[in-house]
Formats: sequence, C-alpha cells, structure tokens
Amino acid sequence: MTDSKYFTTTKKGEIFELKAELNSDKKEKKKEAVKKVIASMTVGKDVSALFPDVVNCMQTDNLELKKLVYLYLMNYAKSQPDMAIMAVNTFVKDCEDPNPLIRALAVRTMGCIRVDKITEYLCEPLRKCLKDEDPYVRKTAAVCVAKLHDINAQLVEDQGFLDTLKDLISDSNPMVVANAVAALSEIAESHPNSNLLDLNPQTINKLLTALNECTEWGQIFILDCLANYTPRDDRESQSICERVTPRLSHANSAVVLSAVKVLMKFMEMLPKDLDYYGTLLKKLAPPLVTLLSAEPELQYVALRNINLIVQRRPEILKHEMKVFFVKYNDPIYVKLEKLDIMIRLASQANIAQVLAELKEYATEVDVDFVRKAVRAIGRCAIKVEQSAERCVSTLLDLIQTKVNYVVQEAIVVIKDIFRKYPNKYESVIATLCENLDSLDEPEARAAMIWIVGEYAERIDNADELLESFLEGFHDESTQVQLQLLTAIVKLFLKKPTETQELVQQVLSLATQDSDNPDLRDRGYIYWRLLSTDPVAAKEVVLAEKPLISEETDLIEPTLLEELICHIGTLASVYHKPPSAFVEGSRGVQHKRLPGSTLTPSHRRPVLSALPVDNLFFFVCSSTIQLGGDIGGNPAMGAAFGAAPATMPASFNAPGSGGLDDLFDLGGGVGMPMGALNPPKAVWLPAMKAKGLEISGVFVRRAGVIQMEMTLTNKAMSVMTDFAIQFNRNSFGLAPAGPLQILTPLSPNQSIEPLNNLQVAVKNNIDVFYFSCQYPISMLFVEDGKMERQVFLATWKDIPNDNESQFQIKDCHLNSDAASNKLQSSNIFTIAKRTVEGQDMLYQSMKLTNGIWVLAELRVQAGNPNYTISLKCRAPEVSQCVFQNYEAVLKN
Amino acid sequence: MIGGLFIYNHKGEVLISRVYRDDIGRNAVDAFRVNVIHARQQVRSPVTNIARTSFFHVKRSNIWLAAVTKQNVNAAMVFEFLYKMCDVMTAYFGKISEENIKNNFVLIYELLDEILDFGYPQNSETGALKTFITQQGIKGQVSTKEEQSQITSQVTGQIGWRREGIKYRRNELFLDVLESVNLLMSPQGQVLSAHVSGRVVMKSYLSGMPECKFGMNDKIVIDKQGKGGASDDAGKSSGKQSIAIDDCTFHQCVRLSKFDSERSISFIPPDGEYELMRYRTTKDIILPFRVIPLVREVGRTKLEVKVVIKSNFKPSLLAQKIEVRIPTPLNTSGVQVICMKGKAKYKASENAIVWKIKRMAGMKESQISAEIELLPTNDKKKWARPPISMNFEVPFSPSVSKGPHLEGLGFKFNVGAHAKTPL
Repeated sequence: MTDSKYFTTTKKGEIFELKAELNSDKKEKKKEAVKKVIASMTVGKDVSALFPDVVNCMQTDNLELKKLVYLYLMNYAKSQPDMAIMAVNTFVKDCEDPNPLIRALAVRTMGCIRVDKITEYLCEPLRKCLKDEDPYVRKTAAVCVAKLHDINAQLVEDQGFLDTLKDLISDSNPMVVANAVAALSEIAESHPNSNLLDLNPQTINKLLTALNECTEWGQIFILDCLANYTPRDDRESQSICERVTPRLSHANSAVVLSAVKVLMKFMEMLPKDLDYYGTLLKKLAPPLVTLLSAEPELQYVALRNINLIVQRRPEILKHEMKVFFVKYNDPIYVKLEKLDIMIRLASQANIAQVLAELKEYATEVDVDFVRKAVRAIGRCAIKVEQSAERCVSTLLDLIQTKVNYVVQEAIVVIKDIFRKYPNKYESVIATLCENLDSLDEPEARAAMIWIVGEYAERIDNADELLESFLEGFHDESTQVQLQLLTAIVKLFLKKPTETQELVQQVLSLATQDSDNPDLRDRGYIYWRLLSTDPVAAKEVVLAEKPLISEETDLIEPTLLEELICHIGTLASVYHKPPSAFVEGSRGVQHKRLPGSTLTPSHRRPVLSALPVDNLFFFVCSSTIQLGGDIGGNPAMGAAFGAAPATMPASFNAPGSGGLDDLFDLGGGVGMPMGALNPPKAVWLPAMKAKGLEISGVFVRRAGVIQMEMTLTNKAMSVMTDFAIQFNRNSFGLAPAGPLQILTPLSPNQSIEPLNNLQVAVKNNIDVFYFSCQYPISMLFVEDGKMERQVFLATWKDIPNDNESQFQIKDCHLNSDAASNKLQSSNIFTIAKRTVEGQDMLYQSMKLTNGIWVLAELRVQAGNPNYTISLKCRAPEVSQCVFQNYEAVLKN
Repeated sequence: MIGGLFIYNHKGEVLISRVYRDDIGRNAVDAFRVNVIHARQQVRSPVTNIARTSFFHVKRSNIWLAAVTKQNVNAAMVFEFLYKMCDVMTAYFGKISEENIKNNFVLIYELLDEILDFGYPQNSETGALKTFITQQGIKGQVSTKEEQSQITSQVTGQIGWRREGIKYRRNELFLDVLESVNLLMSPQGQVLSAHVSGRVVMKSYLSGMPECKFGMNDKIVIDKQGKGGASDDAGKSSGKQSIAIDDCTFHQCVRLSKFDSERSISFIPPDGEYELMRYRTTKDIILPFRVIPLVREVGRTKLEVKVVIKSNFKPSLLAQKIEVRIPTPLNTSGVQVICMKGKAKYKASENAIVWKIKRMAGMKESQISAEIELLPTNDKKKWARPPISMNFEVPFSPSVSKGPHLEGLGFKFNVGAHAKTPL
C-alpha cells in the first residue's frame, strides 16, 4: 500500500465521496479519507467544505489520525471560526490526558488555531501545561505563549503568562530554558522598551549553563539572545567570551556563527592591550575558515558574514587569502562572494597571488563572474598602489583577448585608475583607442569618451574620435550623450582653434534637437559659459577633480555596526538592516555595538549601491546646484565631500555643502508648508555678487511651485537686465517665464517679485550662480491621490528592493490629525486599517515629474514613534520624502 | 522564525506544504515556483526575496525544499535545519525522491509537526524521534507510563541523541577516517593552496549509556592560540614531527567545554552511524599522487590527451581502487584510449573517461593517452575545462597513520580507515 495514490484523485464529485467516507463506520476507511483530504489540501485544492466531517473524526484514540485532523484544523479553522469551536472540548480534554505526548500535542495545536474564541479557552490549559511535571509539555507550552502573543498580545499580558515564561528560564530542563528564551526573545522584539528579557548577570549565568546542555537549536536560541546583552564591564565581557568560545567547535555552522556574533560584539568591550583580546582574535579565524567546507548554501551565508567581519576587523583573516580562491565546482553565488572577499583582503603582501588568480577568473565562462573579476583587478589597482602598474598591464593583456565584455569592463575600470593615479598610465590610451569600435555598452562608451575628453591634449586625433561618436548622437543613451557633450567642451577648451565647429555642432544637438531636459540644460549652461566667460568656463569644466577614494564600496560604519549585531541572520545575508525587509514593528529597533561612538545621525543611505551618475542626481534632487560640477565627470560621487573647497572662487554656492547639508535637510529645509509663509533664507550674499543680494524661499501655491525671491541691491549703482536660468535637476524644474523686474533696481532698493523657481541670475554687471535647496513637498502635485486598486497593484508591483523604512520619533498626533496635516502638503491618505490597536495609513503622493511615491504609515496609539515604509520606482527620493514627513508632522 | 516549509518536485508541484506562521499565505507557494523553480536562468542565490518574503532553498536530486519567512531569521540555522530535515527523512525512508515523499507524506507532516514548532527547530535527532514517531498510530495508547516519560525525558534531555536500554550481544565500534585533499594548482603546476579536510565517521553498537573518550596524542597540535604554543614546544623537544590541525568541529554529543579545557574528546555516542568530528589541516601536506595532464588540440575536431599519475608515498604502502576521471568536451563524438595499467572507458553520459586501477604501490608511475574526436560546432561558448578528479583508498592514509590515538573503555575496537583524495 502506497500513499502516493492520494495525490492522483481528480475525479468529479470527489468532495461528495470523501464526505461519505469520512462518516463511515470503519476506522480504516475514515483514516484513508482524512489522508485524501490532507493530500488535496497540500496540492492547493479547497477542501474546507468538509470541515464538520473532518472535525468529527477528532475524537479518536488513533494518534496518527488525530494528528492529521489537527493538521486540517490548523489550516481551515480560521475560515470556519464558528465550527472550530466544536474542537475545543477535545483539546481541553486532551490537555488532561495522562500521556504527555498527547498533552503536548493538544497545547501545540491549539496555539496554531488563530480563532479569537478559541484563545479564550486556551488560557486555562496553557497555564496548567506551563507548570506540567513533564518537561516535554513545558517546552511545548513555552512556545505556545509566543503563539498566543502573536494572536492576542493583551491577553497574554493580562493572564500573566509572561511572568510564568520568565520563570521557565530557571527551569531544570535545558530544552525548556531554550524554548522559553526563544519565545521571550520573540515577544520582546515586538515590545522594544518592555525590558521583558531582563538580562542580568544571574540570568546570563543560567543561560550559559543551559548552553552546554541543550540541543544544537537551543544553543542557537540562547546565543542569539546573549548577543542582545550588554555586559557591565570588560571582566564580565571576558568571562562570557570564555564560556562561549568552545561553541566555535560545534558541527552546526549556525551555532558557530551565532557564537562569532556574541564574540564580535563583546570583544568591543575588551581593552585592546589585554592578552585575552589577541587570543580571541586568533581563535576566530579557524572556525570561520572551516565554515567554507560546509555545504554551498551555508558557505554563501558564511561568506556574506565574513564580508562584514573583514570590514570590521580585517586582522582576523588577513593571512587566509588562499582559502577564498575560487574552486572550479563552487556554485556561482559562492564564486561571486569569494571574489568580494579577495579584494577586501588584498594587500601588498599577497597582491601578486591575487592578481594571478583574478587573471585566471577573467578567462572563465560565466559572464557575470568574468566581469566582476575584471572589475576586481581595477579595484586592486586602486587599493594597493604598488600593484597599480601590474594591474594595468594585466588589464591590457585582457583587452588583447578582444573578448567583447572583457574589453568593455576593462575600459570602465581603467578610467577609475586614471582618476586615482593622474598622469601615470596615460600611455595606454592608444591601446584603448584601438577598441573604440567594439564598445557597445553605454557605460563603456561613456568611460571611453570621458577618457578621450579628459586627455584630449595628448590624443592627436581626439577630435576625429569624438566626431565619430557624434554621428549617431541621438541613438546614444543619456549617459553617453552627456559625456560626449562634456568631452567635446573639454576638447574645445584645450584646442579651441580646430574644434570650434565640433563644439557648435554638439551644443546645437544637445540644446535644439534633444528633448532630454538634462542634456538641454547642460548644453545651455555650457553655451552660456562659453559665450560669456571662457575663463570661468575653463575653471569650471577643467576643474581639478578630487582623487577617488580607495574603498568606495565599504558598508557605511553605522550600518556595518548594526549588521555585525545581526551576524548569521538574514540581515547579514542581505547586508541590509532588518527594518528594510521586515514588516511590522519587529526588527525596527536598530542594534548597536557596545561602546560605539557613532551616533544615529551618521546614518546615511548606502550610497555605494547607486551607480555614480545616479548619485549626482540624487544629490541634486534636493539641492539645485549650479556650482557643483558642470564638468559632470562620471566619477562624480567622490567629489561631493569636498565640493565647496574645490569650487572656483567666482562661484557662489552658499548652502551647497554637498552631502552633509543635504542630509541635514530635516532641520533646515523642512519648513512649514501649506498656508504658512516660511522665512526666506539668504541664498546669495551681497559680497559675493558685486552687491546683489538674493534671499528666497520655495512654496507651493494653488498647484504651482514658486520660488519667491527678494533681490536687494546693496551696490552703489543701478542694476538692470535681470535674467534667470536653472541647471538641470532631477525633477525638471525650469522657470515658467522670464524674470520680470520692470524697474531698474536702485541702490538699497529691495523688491520682492513673486516668481517661479530659478537659479542662475544675470544682470547688467555679471552672471551670478548660486544654489538653493527646496523642500521636496513642493513637488507634490494636487492630483496625487491614487485609486485604491491602483495603489494595491502598484505597491505589489514595485520591487521590494525599492522599499525603505524609517522611523519618525516623538510625534504626538493621532492618525487622523496626522492624515489631515499631511493632506495639506498634498500627501493623500487612501485607506486606513486598524490592526491590534495600530493604525495603518496608506498614502500616496505624486511628484511633478510623474513619479509616484507610496507610503504606509503605522501609528500605534500611545507610542510616539511612527514607522513609515516608502515604496517608489525611484528609490532615491525616499530619503527626502521621509524627511518631509518628519517636518510636516512635527511642525 | 521559519514561517513555512514547502517541498516541490522538479516540475514545481507542491508535495508538502506546512505553514507555521500567519504571515505566510498560500501565494508564497506559487511565488517560489514562478520565481525560482521556473526561472530561466541558473540559480544565483540560495536565498531569494520575493515580495518581502524570503525563501531559503536546497535541492536534493530533483526535489526542492524551501523554507519561507518574513522575519529576520537566523539564516545559517535555516539551512542547517533544511539539511537536518533531509537527514531525518533519509533515515526514515531512504532516498529523497518524489515517489518516497508522496508515499510518506503523512509521516513527513508528523515529523514537521514535531521538529519545527511555530518555526523553531526542536529536537531533530532521528534516534529520539524514532522512539515515538513510528507511523504505527496506536503506540501512544499501548506504551506504559514509564515508557512515555522515558521518551519525553529523552527528547528534551541532555542526551537527546541516544535512548536508554540499548543492548548488544557484542559491543562494537567502527571508526572510518575519510580525508579529502583539496588542491589548487596554477596553470604552471605550482601548488597554490592545499588543505586536507577529514571526517571521522563512527559506527557504534554499544550497550547502555557508554562514556567514550578519545585522547589526542601529543603530536597533534591544534592551531588555536593559548594551547598551540605550549604543545608546539613539547612536540619539538621530543624531536618528533608534529601534526598541526587548523581547526576541528564536533558532533553535538561531544562535550565542547571539556575539549576546550582538557583537549579530550569525551561523549556518549548515538547508536548507529554518525559523524563524530571533522578536521582541517593545511600544514605539511604530502600529496599522495601527482597527476600530470597534457592536452593538445589537433585541428578543430581532434584533441589528444595524455595523463600521467605518480604515486608519491612509501613503496610499502598500497593504494587501492584508484579511479581517475578525465572530463571530455560536450561535443565529443568518439574516444580511443590506451592505458598502461588498469582499465579505461569513455562514458558518454558522464562526459568523461574513467580510468580504474585496482592497486598501485608507492613511488610508481602510470599513464593513459586518449584521442578524442570532436563534432564541429558553431557553439561559441568555450569548454570550461573541468579539473581531473581522482579517488582511491589507502588502508592507512598519510596523515592518519600519525593521527589520534584511541582510548576505549575496555571495548573491542575494530578500526578501518581509508582516504578519498579527489585532485
């Protein structure tokens, strides 16, 4: 007799037949029928119609049958709550059964039936089972408390189950302790401030004792819980470490990783000069290497974690480079991760070996892997200066292979090498130029064009090369077009005589024939710069670019600290904080290492994930910035930290301090919106603009974005001929009409034209450039209310990677007030749902350029902290939108 | 924690579906099928995030096992659990196949109910599970009160892997040491990295609750700071060559704190077969064989391959059951082989030439040459040139012959060891 036959019944009238069989008098037939029902349920058929008949089979002394009926109940009770009550009696009776296995089975199953009416009946049996004489029942009851809490948290608190659960931490049976710890940890996660897991030296001691005795899984629960504890001093820290280190030899990799997490965290508290500190560091390496002999899936998890560990403590694995060499039969996901770690560990000492390996990888079959290997060679060059020459020659060898994607990848990284070591390797340009025709990917074409433009003076036929690209200008991607525009302007500034025709051609292509606003605006600005002040143009376009940094891909320090606290978990696999992928209040709390000096204000979005050009847009999305880098070089990202310093003196850019300013937006820019008139800020001080002072503010009135400016003439002479122009920006803001200043501006006269948003101002004296920030809420249009259905579909449709989650602290509005407030800023509430005392507001807003942002705002009564999840197809705007929320709600 | 566990066949049909958490819906079952099983390209990661839900999967032959969650679970634990789940199923009904899973679906549901509670893994030792998950239904009623409490105390107890009251007429303990040498060579033939990973596999048929204890002899140095230093000196002073073990891991029956403090492996063994320990060593690896391949492309449709193997151990030792696998390109149409020793055959289904030699003494050499004819193809994809692999057994492998000494507690030992060394 085989059970597989149950999977094959597809007859009509099957349900009817099953009904008859379920009510049969013969026990065997009954059991067969229940099996058929479960098989149907597994493959996804709806067998809920059989509910009463199946439940009738519950009263049986056949344990196997009973378990099958329970399985059915767990699946369908929710859809038939009234009938589920029928089962309660049996459960209550079973909880009194002399057989502990049956008692445990009953309490385990009851907890899985998520019907409110049943939970009431569950309390008494659960209370008994928590104090049961049999440890098997107690350990099952401990988990049941967590189940009940998930259904009805209030009930668990009212019934005092939490205290009973806490008592179980002192239980004599290690498995009961482990399950109690797991249940408490889970409950504590949803009550961040409850201090439920009251960890103190006594409980820690109990946990450490149980650690030696419980199952491998129990050890994981306990270690994960220990990791949340902060020892009082370095001595306690050391003694815990000493008791945890033996776990590093466990066969279960998860036990090892959780132990590593505890050690990595508590090590922070140990003085660095302590002998034990060094010993511990050395003890960590062998188990981490051993993880690489585990099954491939675990290797993957281990490698993602090792990636974090080497960023935090490179010394642990610095001698272990060889174990990360790729094996022929590694799955591709393991290969790619190993490559990352090889670069992290690359140093002067091992670079020769690493390069030899990378060169091998570049000839492999898998395209992604090959590309990553080529990129890795470039990163080695940037990281280890001594190896740069060797890396460049390796890259040249690879270019000689003429394998298309290898060549393109190589050119992209050589561009970065040029930026890192200016005036060193330009001799290879000739070789690169030979491959011009084979480049078909935008990134490679853009990189090549950048190189030609940047070194135009050394390339004899630079004009011919660029001209050849110009032929198909309109078929190129924006990235290439922008690069080509800039490169030709650079060429013109370097060799003005021969290339006048070319520059005019590209400027007209960019400004007149293109409908891409970014391209047009950049074209116009060059045009104006070149026609008004070629010297300034030179200073801007050929400005010296700051060196690119060695490790642009490092995880930002606060995030790294948080991820270290999550070693072994999904967060460490995704390299994202749990709040980025976990729904609800769980995991929103940000963990930090003990003794960390980084404050949450250092937190920034992970920029390294964005392609460099996007970064530029991202910054511009809230800072209309003219002074930044009109040169628009492709490696813009690195230039921002130092932006004000490298800007030519003739350009005024108050408030364009780059990233830092941008992320302080919350305070400075999140000004009151709606009917209130925010104060104006000085954008262009008089002393920088030959007496013209401009102050202003952005507002949104009657569906129109307005930039209100006050122009004050502080000079001695009259100013006339005002005009205005914007640099390109993400949202395509452009002046709606010319700057209208009808009367000449006499000294010390101040006018206040109500005018639309603008950025570069010209008068009879000169052109002045300045930048000013505008609140993103300006861009929210009035018709930003999405249809419910559309909202649901869009929310699902947007990939999860685009979702970001934030917390708004200390906000004391209720959800309705918040909703009203937001509405006045064109953030519309589409639906409201209340789940367990938590209000969920689903909101939408639309930006002027048609980008929709969807939001889910969670407000818990009595909790001043809101959680907001934002989903948008252009995730770069999320940060700004969040800051706007904060500003509006707190105002 | 784990929100649900699904088992699929190769077509993506659900064979088992067990949901533990309310946040996992039925649509998760389909999401995995559509996005992973039916995905066009190769699997790029064992962890997939689809619509805010994370899927962990492992594959056993044609069967996919997927664990699903919406929370920040311990990822390493989930994979360990999935492997364990496979072990448990294998122990109950043998090979994991669609047929076996369908035939045992009731049992699997029962197991899943027991070893995963609300997504938290519980005792998953087959020894203990088999005492009360028997598929005989009625047993719950028949067993006496003592038996019941014995079961529960074992399932929850410190020694969850062994039941009490085991009796054998003959107490026996078998120990196998399986070593694999992993070797990475540069194209120039230079050894880039080599390590031996060894497994000590035990089969124990012992009565009662036996305390077993292995000592490490003083030649073994575990490269862990604090102890390594001292023993290293001891090794040197006695003038013997020491064997350095980089790291070792143990089955959960071994008392780790005792190993940490006394360096003795003490444990109460599970009944039957289990892996007691694994170790890894990188120092002074003597390669038992050298394999020297020569590949020459003669035109577009012909390949000449010559492989020489040299045994590199004491002439008195004998390697047995040597098997060398030489991969061939996918477009091979015919192969002619000549070998000096043993038998060689081209196996088209495996894309390899398999060369078998019954035994070979130390410090000997043998060779094979083959002419491979190729079909002309337009396929631009290069042949990835997979490495040649080699398997053999040596009654006492080079590193084990100097390995741990065994201190039984008066039991009769029956020790057999062999090494497998793929190159």
